[in-house]
Amino acid sequence: MAKLKTVDARGAYCPGPLMELIAAIKLIEIGDDIEVLSSDKGSAADIPEWVAKVKHKMVGIKEVDDHWSIVVKKMK
Amino acid sequence: MTKQIVIVGGGLAGTIVANGLARQLSGQLRKNEVSITVLGTTDQHMYQPGLLYVPFGRIREQDLFRDQRKMLNSKIQFYVDPVKKIDPKKNQVTTESGKTFGFDYCVVATGSRLRHDTIPGMTEGAHWFYDLEGARKMREALDEFEGGKVVVNINAPHKCPVAPLEIVFMLRDYFDEKGILDKCEITYTYPIGRLHALEPVAMWTKPEFDKYGIKYETFFNTKSVDPKKKTITSEEDVTLKYDLLVTVPPHSGAQVVTDSKLGDGGWAKTDKETLLHVGSKNIFICGDTTDIPISKAGSTAHFEADTIIDNIASLVTEGRMARKYDGKVFCFVETGSNSGTYVWFNYKTPPNPGPPSQMIHWFKLSYNRLYWLSARGLL
Repeated sequence: MAKLKTVDARGAYCPGPLMELIAAIKLIEIGDDIEVLSSDKGSAADIPEWVAKVKHKMVGIKEVDDHWSIVVKKMK
Repeated sequence: MTKQIVIVGGGLAGTIVANGLARQLSGQLRKNEVSITVLGTTDQHMYQPGLLYVPFGRIREQDLFRDQRKMLNSKIQFYVDPVKKIDPKKNQVTTESGKTFGFDYCVVATGSRLRHDTIPGMTEGAHWFYDLEGARKMREALDEFEGGKVVVNINAPHKCPVAPLEIVFMLRDYFDEKGILDKCEITYTYPIGRLHALEPVAMWTKPEFDKYGIKYETFFNTKSVDPKKKTITSEEDVTLKYDLLVTVPPHSGAQVVTDSKLGDGGWAKTDKETLLHVGSKNIFICGDTTDIPISKAGSTAHFEADTIIDNIASLVTEGRMARKYDGKVFCFVETGSNSGTYVWFNYKTPPNPGPPSQMIHWFKLSYNRLYWLSARGLL
């Protein structure tokens, strides 16, 4: 069963949600998931763009009230 | 019964907290109602931003250091005896020499450390300026450098968000002053899809880089370095050649945080407003050590420390917390050897840097001296 770690990056300007994801994904095991919460709508585009380049896997993106929940699976 | 306050870490965060508490609780310290103990790893306090100038010979090394004992209020107890275990259940810390210090309040300010060892080939193949030994080696390499491909490679996470840009501008100026700029090609790599984490800074930087012919490769997260072939390869499958590789290595937090199960990767789980360790009512986390999604910067440490000082003093004297941390960060940006700007933001106010000026550059240079007043709680 994949473990899920949540990074609450709402209101985070620097280094921002994608950098937080990059840092956090180094600390989890392959096959586990990271959920990033972001109040920046740019994250809904830049996180999937990075995930595709680096060949991790997008699990899902959801808009929830005033923020986005973006879940990524670590593949390597 | 004396209230014991133990501060783990004698860097900027730990020093400001200790001195601020000594100031607010001076009466209680005098009457032995409160004791403040700092447990550090070194007897020297280093001004880390000064390291930026070391590779270029623009600061004397002695100006980076002050005696830590003298930095601290005389009523603070200070030991160079690194903590190896923090026990939130027993409210005590244990040091490398085997001593145990009980606490009523603890501040964990153990900072961040370079982890070039986590990327194959990086230690052998790269230069860095984030510690003194690395900055010295980089100075020697720059002295001998006659031109070629220079890769400035940035990895996440790292402290000092601005240093990546500062080093590029300073390298460019250095090559120009040395008369080899026409023989140099600088390529800057960054982990995300723009030149800096802060969008306004990235937007300001792009035309500057274009103007100076500085190349860039975004979405670059280092996978490995080949010191023999002199190449650096990313997780995104891009390989760059280099003649000189300058890196900002990925960082992790201190081992004691992981060993004490306060958080992963050495970053302690922290409430972003109270700065309490999650699940604790008497352990605060300050500076780079937190896992808060915020810049790992001296100014962050300073503003967090101010909040923690008020809160611990209030808890000791009035039995309640005083205020929340609002997420404030303020950073200078050196944009060359003679100009600078600054950027600030908090949890509710986005950043909006102004245009660079010589005046701000000179203020930053003054801050290189004023820092010592900040650390002593006087600024």
